[in-house]
Amino acid sequence: MRPVLILALALLLAWPMAVEAAVDRPLEDAALETRALRLHQEIRCLVCQGQSIGDSNAELAYDLRQLVRERLSAGDSDDAVLDYLHQRYGDFVLLEPPVNPGTYALWFGPPLLLVIGGLMVFLYHRRNRRPAAAVPAPLSEAERRALDALVGEDKP
Amino acid sequence: MSDATGSSGEPNRADAAAPPPRSLLFRLRFVIPVLVFAALAIIFAFQLGRQDDEHSRDLPSALLDRPMPDFALQALPGWSVGLTDEDIRAAGISMVNVFASWCGPCRVEHPIWVEYAKQPDAVPVFGLNYKDAPENATDWLKKLGDPYKQIGADQDGRAGIEWGVYGVPETFVIDKEGRIVLKHVGVMTREDLDKKILPLIAKLKG
Amino acid sequence: MSAELGHYALILALVMAVVQTTLPMVGAARRDALWMGLATPAVIGQFVFVSMAFACLMHAYVVSDFSVMNVAANSHSDKPLLYKFTAVWGNHEGSMVLWVWILAVYGLAVAAFGGNLPPTLKARVLAIQGFIGAGFLLFSLGTSDPFIRLDPAPINGNDLNPLLQDPGLAFHPPLLYFGYVGMSMPFAFAIAALIEGRVDPAWARWVRPWTLLAWCTLTAGIVLGSWWAYYELGWGGFWFWDPVENASFMPWLMGTALLHSALVAEKRDALKSWTVLLAILAFSLSLLGTFLVRSGVLTSVHSFASDPARGAYILGFLVFVIGGSLALYAWRAPALKATGTFKPISREGALLLNNLLLVVGCATVFVGTLYPIVLDAIDGSKVSVGPPFFDKTFVPLMAPALLLTAMAPFMAWKRADLGGVLQRIWLAALALAGAIALIYATHGGPIGPAIGIGITAWLFVGAIVEFADRLRLFRVPLAESMKRLAGLPRSAIGTTLAHAGVAVLAAGCIAGSAWRTETIGVMKPGDQATLGDYTVTMATIGEEPGPNYSAVVAEMRLMKDGELIDVMYPSKRFYPVQGQQTTEAAIRTSFMSDFYISLGDPDEASGGHGVRLYHNPLVPWIWIGAVVMVLGGLLSLSDRRLRVGAPARARARRAERPAEAGAGSKAS
Repeated sequence: MRPVLILALALLLAWPMAVEAAVDRPLEDAALETRALRLHQEIRCLVCQGQSIGDSNAELAYDLRQLVRERLSAGDSDDAVLDYLHQRYGDFVLLEPPVNPGTYALWFGPPLLLVIGGLMVFLYHRRNRRPAAAVPAPLSEAERRALDALVGEDKP
Repeated sequence: MSDATGSSGEPNRADAAAPPPRSLLFRLRFVIPVLVFAALAIIFAFQLGRQDDEHSRDLPSALLDRPMPDFALQALPGWSVGLTDEDIRAAGISMVNVFASWCGPCRVEHPIWVEYAKQPDAVPVFGLNYKDAPENATDWLKKLGDPYKQIGADQDGRAGIEWGVYGVPETFVIDKEGRIVLKHVGVMTREDLDKKILPLIAKLKG
Repeated sequence: MSAELGHYALILALVMAVVQTTLPMVGAARRDALWMGLATPAVIGQFVFVSMAFACLMHAYVVSDFSVMNVAANSHSDKPLLYKFTAVWGNHEGSMVLWVWILAVYGLAVAAFGGNLPPTLKARVLAIQGFIGAGFLLFSLGTSDPFIRLDPAPINGNDLNPLLQDPGLAFHPPLLYFGYVGMSMPFAFAIAALIEGRVDPAWARWVRPWTLLAWCTLTAGIVLGSWWAYYELGWGGFWFWDPVENASFMPWLMGTALLHSALVAEKRDALKSWTVLLAILAFSLSLLGTFLVRSGVLTSVHSFASDPARGAYILGFLVFVIGGSLALYAWRAPALKATGTFKPISREGALLLNNLLLVVGCATVFVGTLYPIVLDAIDGSKVSVGPPFFDKTFVPLMAPALLLTAMAPFMAWKRADLGGVLQRIWLAALALAGAIALIYATHGGPIGPAIGIGITAWLFVGAIVEFADRLRLFRVPLAESMKRLAGLPRSAIGTTLAHAGVAVLAAGCIAGSAWRTETIGVMKPGDQATLGDYTVTMATIGEEPGPNYSAVVAEMRLMKDGELIDVMYPSKRFYPVQGQQTTEAAIRTSFMSDFYISLGDPDEASGGHGVRLYHNPLVPWIWIGAVVMVLGGLLSLSDRRLRVGAPARARARRAERPAEAGAGSKAS
């Protein structure tokens, strides 16, 4: 029984990669079809490794592509179509992560980093303005002799 | 500024001249990268450890604690009734199992359902036959047994999409108000049933 | 026989690496010339042994020795010879040997060309290289041994994934690895500097050529991979912000920042601890990429088969190397004092700002790539961070960066006259405005991409104008301009090429994403499809056998305005051994756009085949721009001034041209 179970669990990883799907039937309305194709790029194929449904051969991707076409034909707006899928599959299905407390760090992190970085650059310039930092220590006797030697070398 | 050939001799005078005492805040900046890395390393180690758990990659259901979706499915050939949400609601606490004849793991878990259905305290289990040719499904059930109270044939997968199904097998637990309270992705083992599902059902029963 | 030899060679290489790590490091601390000197023979030894191991593995593949497990898993006797070679690195174990081999090559290069490095620095650099090599050799021998035998040996192998049987992808890993591993050089220099406690301009001058070499190869490797994805995957996309793609992009961004920061450190003795940090981070990101791809922590089409045990080892190694180096940085860097100061408006100031944008950009990609993992670890929620996120957060950062890139070469060191710069760059401003106006007039639509193209026009024209400025073109007789050209340092030409190349590449990316059009449908022989001004007719469709595959090939006639412009042959291949299919798209490339046809699956209902048509404007510019960038980088690399060891020659040159020395603020 055990080996069968292990095999089954292994197959568990295999089952989502389903057989090649049927061929897409584009919409008659060219404008709607363009919207559909664009939306396909924003929806994640749930059984693939990170691709959009537009870039996948999986059967579920095909189903979702047709669903998008159906909903657009029914008059849904782009946002409504995405929301429809979001309600049923959660955040994961959207390639653009929604802005909610779970993703604040994601969306606001980079701009915050830019601000902090900008501040650091600003402070760096401010610190540089203080002349004290730039004054070098006077030369020691050994260094003075070395300098003379070097300068002497360049004379023709 | 310094010789091109460099030497391992005495350090440059400018460096040797005692720098003004650096504030703690200044020094603190240099520590940030290593702290960020440490946090990341901990998270990576944690995630690595979870890799053995095949359920760590399951998608949580977006419908938890929400009423089950409306749907109406035809019957399989030879069955007298199909399946609608009303049927499930009417049954009170129940389970919905998504299966297909082409699905290997479904075959592995099916005996669990057949066994469970025989238990006297079993709640009704409804079947959602997902993207299947009806004849294949009926053959499959005739061969392996039919534990389901009612079965709906979801040939185009639309009902599955309503339920947030993304593969087979999947199992949902429904409470008496018709809300989805749990989703189990993948094979239902006897252990899953005993440790996760049945205690939940007992709790739902009150 | 060869497998055992290879295995033994790896062990010997490990021994060499351990020697290379320990003795020179101790020698440097003790100023013991003998022990420091041991680095060179150890490096040579490591190179020889790893080369032997690599050769043995390659031999096993070429003769199709299926008793070696690695060969059985990834090769097949019917496979074309080229792909037998390249399968060596098309799998995890073999790619690790390639990694270590390239590391040994770099080590050898330091030993050979680092003649005038101070002995302690050289010893420490080689010791650190040795440590990294030892780590990877240990990993290879411990968890990913390519020389394990199979008994009994199978009659034939499993064949290589057909997607990888492709000239573009065959050479993508070596180029990429030369980049990743190349970043270990500035890393080693940075650690050595921290240990020594000093970063002087000479250090920065040594770091630059290695960084430049790594940058060139990394650029080439990334773009090659992108090009491959474009023509092979069948969807006409060239960048997907996939985690593994991001893992290669982040070291590139950091490397670019490092290149420019090292420039300031060398010329002006400023931004020293920053440069050291960048050097550490660039390589750390390379290592992190290695971890992400091989541990299974990320899902990606690119990842090798995951194995948590390997992941654990790499993570441990990461903690040691990255954690250790960052800890060393936290401890020693505060003592590094810079002496150069500069005004905010100056070349250094502009480079610093560019660094800021590049590093924040890198951080953005970093956050976006790792966020799903972090969130999943914290509360188990699953979220997807895909192209729409990066388009909204990363792209806007690059706009000001590109704007600055055109301006910085005009600016003087230490303090620059912004008004003067803007005056000299007026032609670029004209190009910017002109491009935006033209695009808006012809395409209408969202202003974002138009502004993007405008900025790339600004950068391109700006780079050319700056170059013309150096030659005093049109301001002095042509003969004098030519004389100036001859005397121009190669790195100046390289800079212009690299910046111009970036502009062209960016324009290709923007146009290719914003204005690509696509149409899909089902076609039988005789059917027609239209896309914009183009009409495509399917003439025939039939089967054709290949060496280890069978193909379905369609003949498609491309017409524009009723005239036949091309006949294209998209196909779909089926590889029986692995049971996989690939799409071989037909692409018609012209200077301004690509017309792309991809053949899909057969449709039983109608008896036809799925077909996808794409029109991708300016996409060829991506590849052109990248080639120009790499050329610029290589040209800069060949600049004699970058090759340390020519201080006498440089002094002689300076004596010959006293006038140039006076204009020192423009020299770069």
